[in-house]
Amino acid sequence: MLRFLSLRLGRSLLTLVLVVTFAFVVLRLSGDPALLIMSADAPPEAIAAFRRAWGLDDPLWVQYVRYFGAIFQGDLGNSMRDGRSAISLVGERIPATLALTVPALLIKLCLGIPAGVYAALHRNSLADRAVMLLAVAGFTVPSFVLGLLLVLLFAVQLGWLPSGGQESWRHAILPVITLGLGGAAVLARFTRSAMLEVLGQPYMRTALAKGVPWGVAVRGHALPNAAIPTVTIVGFMIGSLLAGAVVVESVFSWPGVGRLLVVAVANRDLAVVQAILLLVAATMITANLVVDLLYGVLDPRLRNGMRGTA
Amino acid sequence: MVEPLVAIRGLSVSFDGLPALRGVDLTVGRGEAVALVGESGCGKSVTWLAALGLLPAKARVSGSVTLEGTELIGAPPAVLDRVRGGRIAMIFQDPASSLNPVHRIGRQIAEALRLHRGLDGRAAREEARRLLDQVGMPDARRRLDAFPHELSGGQNQRVMIAMALAGRPEMLVADEPTTALDVTIQAQILELLAEIRRDTGMALVLVSHDLGVVAETCERVCVMYAGRIVEETAADKLFTGPAHPYAQGLLAALPPMTGPRRPLAAIPGGVPEPWAMPRGCAFAPRCPRRAEACEAAPPPLAEVAPAHRAACLYPGAAAVVSPVPAMVPA
Repeated sequence: MLRFLSLRLGRSLLTLVLVVTFAFVVLRLSGDPALLIMSADAPPEAIAAFRRAWGLDDPLWVQYVRYFGAIFQGDLGNSMRDGRSAISLVGERIPATLALTVPALLIKLCLGIPAGVYAALHRNSLADRAVMLLAVAGFTVPSFVLGLLLVLLFAVQLGWLPSGGQESWRHAILPVITLGLGGAAVLARFTRSAMLEVLGQPYMRTALAKGVPWGVAVRGHALPNAAIPTVTIVGFMIGSLLAGAVVVESVFSWPGVGRLLVVAVANRDLAVVQAILLLVAATMITANLVVDLLYGVLDPRLRNGMRGTA
Repeated sequence: MVEPLVAIRGLSVSFDGLPALRGVDLTVGRGEAVALVGESGCGKSVTWLAALGLLPAKARVSGSVTLEGTELIGAPPAVLDRVRGGRIAMIFQDPASSLNPVHRIGRQIAEALRLHRGLDGRAAREEARRLLDQVGMPDARRRLDAFPHELSGGQNQRVMIAMALAGRPEMLVADEPTTALDVTIQAQILELLAEIRRDTGMALVLVSHDLGVVAETCERVCVMYAGRIVEETAADKLFTGPAHPYAQGLLAALPPMTGPRRPLAAIPGGVPEPWAMPRGCAFAPRCPRRAEACEAAPPPLAEVAPAHRAACLYPGAAAVVSPVPAMVPA
């Protein structure tokens, strides 16, 4: 188990280094922050001074080594726009993002899993077809389209809810629903197919053949098995709690991490973009690790594997 | 005649309009060992899954299955739940996938003990251990905490049998119990089933495509073909004097254990597809004794000798009977 954990941790660190490196190179090759932040018609001396101040005229590898050195001292650099530290800039946006993604995750779980289980248990019934139709619609419609449709209906037509901003909890309703419905649809489909797979397994027939009532067999024998593939998707959703709302935050002008990312990328505000990517990668990796450990709890067949190799 | 334990009458099953069983009549007496043989798809497993209400909802089941007078077809779930495992237990072909992979085997056996004998906690665990001992599981106490994937196929089948015994059933239906196992393990499991039958007086229905397995274990054999029973007789009689040309074909396809080697005789043609079932005898297209009458209507299962019935208008040479047998009263 310890071996499994340390191997996984080592691999996670490697992933983080790769993410940081990739972002570092791509961002610097794809645009000049001096021109984007100072604007192209700024006097050449000012631009040169900006480059010198931020170390942008050093060779790429020198910048890279300097950046890594700083990371290990907990310094992710400062924003080129207002000079504040990237960590605090990102940090103060996190609560706003979580205010959308955590309630959305609850909607996904409370709507998606029961709907999927119900559809599987009533396969080919009218209810199953309705659930699946909604689910397909839910995840084929992109979130910005769904968001705009909701705005059109509830903000423009009915005037019940605000269309954007962050002034009160009422402003959060539409973005939370937009995020939640799409994810619930994905989860419903996934849960349904996992359940159908499990319901057709010989051990379900065995349970019934030994006299276990249908409902008990579903709860005691089918659900624990169907949970195994479903946990993968839920883990992915938890991993994207911070990064999963980029589009929706933009649609609803919600000042979260996602919006900060969009603005920072547009300006090539290098330190901020990298701080966000690092944070997102770290949450993803943590969630994945938790999922892997959960597999071991849920599926005894995988426990031996964990004791051995990763 | 004493009332049979289980009586199946006119049992028919179809899936999406395609027939899988076309009127099966079969009785099993208390403590009797009956085999149901036939090739894959002939309906031998479906017969018992239908009897216990274990077929998927899309299956259309008609006819009657009674357990000491209680009708099981269409019975409410509460009645079926008590019968399943409590009076008729069933074990299956692939023991490894027939056990729930996420539960320890002790828990799976204890579940049956709780349902049918009201045992819980320590009592259930102790009884589960005793059952594992009874089915010859080595180191039974430790095995209670094992998961199915930690055991071999033969051991898992022993667990299945222990679980089946947990409810003290009057009858065990073993659906191809040895097909997925190695030959040496097959013999052990068959020996175990025979031993348990001796000890408990439980009736045994063995569903198999393997005539050798059947010969060792059962007193009476029913041969099925295309959703019907075509011959029913004592096991030794079937091997010495089969009456139905299909049963004769099956035996001719077995390699002889004594005497000179001979080429094995295959039955020509194939089983008719469910959507193209002949109007008359389903075996007629492959039958060497086919006559015009065979294609008119399916022949009834009729007595060709005492305690020997065959569904054939021209039953085999072994039995001396008139070409058109008399109807047997139901």
